[in-house]
Amino acid sequence: MGRYVIRRLLQMIPVFLGATLLIFLMVNVMGDPIAGLCGERQCDPATAAQLRREFGLDKPLWQQYATYMGNVFTGDFGTAFNGQPVTELMGTAFPVTVRLTVVAVLFEVVIGIALGVITGMRRGRPVDTSVLLLTLVVISVPTFVTGLLLQLLLGVQWGWVRPSVSYQAALGELIVPGLVLASVSLAYVTRLTRTSIAENRRSDYVRTAVAKGLPRRRVILRHLLRNSLIPVVTFIGTDIGALMGGAIVTERIFNIHGVGYQLYQGILRHNTQTVVGFVTVLVLVFLVANLLVDLLYAVLDPRIRYA
Amino acid sequence: MPEQPQQPEGAIAGTGMGGAMDLAASEASTLERRPGGGGPRGTGPAGRPRSLWSDAWRDLRRNPVFIASALVILFLVLISVWPSLIAPGDPLACDLSKAQEGPRSGHPFGFDGQGCDVYTRTIHGARTSVTVGVCATLGVAILGSVLGGLAGFFGGAWDAILSRTTDIFFAIPVVLGGLVLLSVVTSNTVWPVVGFMVLLGWPQISRIARGAVITARQNDYVQAARALGASPSRILLRHIAPNAIAPVIVVATIALGTYIALEATLSYLGVGLKPPSVSWGIDISAASPYIRNAPHALLWPSGALAITVLAFIMLGDAVRDALDPKLR
Repeated sequence: MGRYVIRRLLQMIPVFLGATLLIFLMVNVMGDPIAGLCGERQCDPATAAQLRREFGLDKPLWQQYATYMGNVFTGDFGTAFNGQPVTELMGTAFPVTVRLTVVAVLFEVVIGIALGVITGMRRGRPVDTSVLLLTLVVISVPTFVTGLLLQLLLGVQWGWVRPSVSYQAALGELIVPGLVLASVSLAYVTRLTRTSIAENRRSDYVRTAVAKGLPRRRVILRHLLRNSLIPVVTFIGTDIGALMGGAIVTERIFNIHGVGYQLYQGILRHNTQTVVGFVTVLVLVFLVANLLVDLLYAVLDPRIRYA
Repeated sequence: MPEQPQQPEGAIAGTGMGGAMDLAASEASTLERRPGGGGPRGTGPAGRPRSLWSDAWRDLRRNPVFIASALVILFLVLISVWPSLIAPGDPLACDLSKAQEGPRSGHPFGFDGQGCDVYTRTIHGARTSVTVGVCATLGVAILGSVLGGLAGFFGGAWDAILSRTTDIFFAIPVVLGGLVLLSVVTSNTVWPVVGFMVLLGWPQISRIARGAVITARQNDYVQAARALGASPSRILLRHIAPNAIAPVIVVATIALGTYIALEATLSYLGVGLKPPSVSWGIDISAASPYIRNAPHALLWPSGALAITVLAFIMLGDAVRDALDPKLR
């Protein structure tokens, strides 16, 4: 187990360096960060050169990247151009987005898997067909449309929730945004669980469990579901990174000041340090979530062992 | 070495296009295991053996889902080539005095916040979506299957480099990459959007194509062809490609729908197409501030977008069912 984790951590390093380099290059294409710094006016050439030296932007690109990565490993994500350390921005933004993601993942796990089990056990029945149609509709309506519609209906027309989230973004306020963020993945989790359950339902171990007289509930939960969860867990694990990165749209609709909001502002203002820093953390989250998923396989299926 | 019977190479398979294509990939993976349709399929009435494709086509023609989605797509293609056929008006002719007004005769969908006719704009918006979807999918499918296919066929260092490169691309959230890359683009055409999608979308297909080629490569008929002295290019083009293309087609069809949704999302965020281009994403974005007074301006383009995406996803579903005998 320990050796496996170490090997996987070592494998992560090139992916991490590659992804951060890629985003570093992309942000560099984004345009001159100094130009955005002086607002609407053109920068005075002397000031611009001074700022360039100060931020190390006069150095060649690879050197900038090396310096940046060196700093990141000591916990220094640089300074946003307004003088605030990027780590400070992260400190306010990440807790909000993590809460939002947790709500979304809970929706996926609880509702998605429950619907998947129900439809998988009743394949071809009216419940199955209607849920399946519903998932198709949810998948085809883009998140921003779902978000705007739910905001209009629940927030404005019926007044059940506040249409926008307050600065603190308490867990209760994040239920509707979390549902919006989860919606498409929720539909996929339902479909994946359904396929998996329907496939395993005819397997020998289920027949054995039924034959030895176990209660139906125990057959489904302990035998069938546990064996059907591996593809679902894989999907949810890889989805965590995508949810946090994709929260840009949801956070914009509900005015949540999380990672997506900071990134959007950073991109609009050509705030390269903020953008690179936040994306670096998102890439790390993605990689770690993938590792955890692989370790979870061994829990779900004891036949999988990591030496 | 750890013992990991169920852990595939693609365990790090990321959520490329917001998860949608990932699922398509995992659902299509059953296809990879069964290249060429697997097993004898019986023979036709004339005693001629039927191919996977003729079998699939026979299935598709009888599938109501396929017929319905194909009809919707045909209609979409028709109005994107020739929008004035059913919407003769000019989508840019707006009259502020009619802003946010509801439907009336001659203007069945009402007017948006700028007083433009929602019906005309919705019909004309199809062209953008269809163009982006088709071009991005073609680009991604060609680039992805060539790179992935070659990597799977030749293996070795090239394969290792490609696999690590796809890992890197999967780690970057797509909407975020779009915001960063497209925020500098000033050209107001679909091409930067298409280019961005090809740039970030190819690893998805290349992973599928690589897996399919590796599976197909191990088949007896490939060994036989090699033993008979066929050149690598002949083996690849004549024997492997026809048997490995099915999963690529399935994933690409479903991906087409997600690209259309992605274009609308990017336009909504203000980095895709910008006015005066006509796109559903722009219209939805422009209508969202007036959502209380003029919800119709939001609902019609949203509905059109949803139906389009739905049609392509269902088409992909139907094609997958037809190509994958395991699901029967």
